[in-house]
Amino acid sequence: MIEQSIPFTSQEVASTAAQLLWLIPAVPILAAGIISLLKQPMRKLSATFAIGSLGFSLLLSLFAFAHVVTGWMHGLAVRETVNFTWIQVGNSAVELGWVLDPLSAIMLVMVTFVGLLIFIYSTGYMAHDENFTRFFCFLSLFAGAMLGVVISNSLLLLFMCWELVGLTSYLLIGFWYQKPSAAAAAKKAFLTTRVGDVFFLLGIVWLFAQTGTLLFYSGGDGSMEQSALAGLLAHPAAFGLTAAGAIGLLIFAGAAGKSGQLPLHVWLPDAMEGPTPVSALIHAATMVAAGVYLIARVYPLMQAGALAGGSTTALTVVTWVGASTAVFAALIAVAQNDIKRILAYSTVSQLGYMMAGLGMGGVAVGMFHLITHAFFKALLFMGAGSVIHGCHEEQDIRKMGGLKSDMPLTFATYGIGMLALSGFPLLFSGFWSKDGILEAAQHWSVARTPFYMLAFGALLTAFYMTRQVSYVFLGHWRGHGQAHESPKVMTWPLVILAIFAILLGVIGTPIWPWFQSFLSGQGASFSFASLTEPALWILWGTSAAVFIVGLSVGLSLYGGRSPKATQPDVLESAAPLPWRWLHDRLYVDELYGVTVIAFYAWAGRAADWFDRRVWGGAVSSVAWAFRGWAGLNRFLDTYWVDGSFDKGCEEIATSGGLLARIQTGRVQTYLRILAGAVVILTVILIWSSRA
Amino acid sequence: MTPLTGYLMVAALLFSIGLAGALTRRNAILVLIGIELMLNAANLNLIAFWRYGPHPEALTGMMFAIFSIAVAAAEAAVGLGLVIQIHRHAHTTDLDQMNRMKG
Repeated sequence: MIEQSIPFTSQEVASTAAQLLWLIPAVPILAAGIISLLKQPMRKLSATFAIGSLGFSLLLSLFAFAHVVTGWMHGLAVRETVNFTWIQVGNSAVELGWVLDPLSAIMLVMVTFVGLLIFIYSTGYMAHDENFTRFFCFLSLFAGAMLGVVISNSLLLLFMCWELVGLTSYLLIGFWYQKPSAAAAAKKAFLTTRVGDVFFLLGIVWLFAQTGTLLFYSGGDGSMEQSALAGLLAHPAAFGLTAAGAIGLLIFAGAAGKSGQLPLHVWLPDAMEGPTPVSALIHAATMVAAGVYLIARVYPLMQAGALAGGSTTALTVVTWVGASTAVFAALIAVAQNDIKRILAYSTVSQLGYMMAGLGMGGVAVGMFHLITHAFFKALLFMGAGSVIHGCHEEQDIRKMGGLKSDMPLTFATYGIGMLALSGFPLLFSGFWSKDGILEAAQHWSVARTPFYMLAFGALLTAFYMTRQVSYVFLGHWRGHGQAHESPKVMTWPLVILAIFAILLGVIGTPIWPWFQSFLSGQGASFSFASLTEPALWILWGTSAAVFIVGLSVGLSLYGGRSPKATQPDVLESAAPLPWRWLHDRLYVDELYGVTVIAFYAWAGRAADWFDRRVWGGAVSSVAWAFRGWAGLNRFLDTYWVDGSFDKGCEEIATSGGLLARIQTGRVQTYLRILAGAVVILTVILIWSSRA
Repeated sequence: MTPLTGYLMVAALLFSIGLAGALTRRNAILVLIGIELMLNAANLNLIAFWRYGPHPEALTGMMFAIFSIAVAAAEAAVGLGLVIQIHRHAHTTDLDQMNRMKG
């Protein structure tokens, strides 16, 4: 079934497209630098810089993409790298570089395109914010850093951009830092992802120690290429893992932190404190997908040592974590009432799907879902932003309702996004990409459980999305004031994304698996052969059934009703206790609160005590000893050295005074003394001569 | 007792009187007089030692004495001149009040 893939060609001389690739991240970063110098009122100029720079990046990305596609059409799987030495220490060198291959090309186009739409949308959404310029500065910096992650050919460069992305995420979540919850969420996001990043960094260091290079591809010498992987496989680590498997797991820990996988998912729902365009761009479409992209990038390492059709420890772990996350987050999403929080848990859940897809089906399966998800989730978030905007900053779905007529365009596009996410059969992109994952799960050699988990997750997805849409758009208006449709600058990006949310499925259907072939470097062709396979039809049937069940259950429970905000949810009155658990997010935050955070707080107090008592005591006892010594010295100085000196001076002065008394100025007195002295001398002389 | 001893005793007495006068008198002129007495006691000694010495035929002692008297005359002139100047300046010849050179 698997065709022989064309070997990736590694050109000695990189093409113009590859040579210019560095400009794609550099221009937005430069724009961010310029915007940071602009004054607050220069809104138009800063937005122009941000949008212009990203537009330029989009053009370059399209150029690069076209280059890769052209090469592929001619039967070449393009993989061009530009590497350079950054630091040379003795014989070992730290090299950086960038790579142009199908994976990075597709990702570049997606990030720049979705990013550009969100930038444009932001000019409308943030129009009344006084820190408009700062917002666009951060957004541009984020876009540049994210594009840097995408083009990196070196794990180190990727890690640098990765951290930059984390920084901008922190800055943007905490954009409304006046709100204590936003500031706390920013810190939480930063620290939680840092947990994963520590492992990631360990993996990087280990990889460098083992292979001596951090480049992915370098004409056969890269760490993702055959010779290095063979070396890694030959080197055993602990617990029956090879070095390749252990490094793969460490890198996955970093990816899990960034992509909100269980158990590091807690930051992502809180990150919704940021402005909605940020949630759309960073916490739905691009940054959180960086972890998935990272796994796709190091896939040769994750896969190293797998027998045909088999799996490796690393990939098995990825699959289980992904599948668990998918179900776990989908369950929580059912019982949330904040429009953005539902979408956030949905994002976590979908990221779980991507990870599971990578673990079971390979790069193409996971990446396809990443790309389609980026479009429809950005669409949903921006739709949610439009709703929030229209409902006067209201985020509680119980206080909305009936927006179908007030915001028709938002409703239409949101509905498309919802259907794509839930996997409406055949028409929407989400169906095809999710189906790819389910198909891979069906054929997974290790276990069948992930398939059932993911299918159940799909059911939940359809259900909670139906619940949300019913609450927000159906029924009648329960909020305060009058909802209004958003301005054109906000709705047009929604329309464009909605079109893509439908059409993108075309490039990844089993009949014409263009996307999969492109990524793996095989020739693309129409094949209706797969349509004859009964397994495929069973799968489609299952997917469609799951969707219909989820949708109809959702509609029957929520459709057409308009429960008051104070009224308990339908499910809450049916099963209060499980509802409570799900509503409180299964107490993961609380669990961390009493374990990790409590431990750190305890360790902090212990360290503080140790610092004060032990170190502080040692320091102050030394200080006391020196003070005592100094006191002794002062005593000796004052009463001994100074005392004797003063006494001597006093005596000299006194005797001088006494002697000065015979200095009368009267010559006769002197002469008298002289005469007396002569007499005495004479007497002595006479006395002595007699003897 | 040789005649020399008599001369010497007279000279010593004279010297002592002059010294006592020079040291105890307050009047500058009387002090000068005391000094003259002491000089003359010395002259008397010179003459006596010359007359009773080993070579009385050589006129060395006489020469000394005459020389000394000449110097004493000059000294007396200088001294009296100083006293007159001081008197003009301070309207006194009391030595106890002339202590302005005291440091």
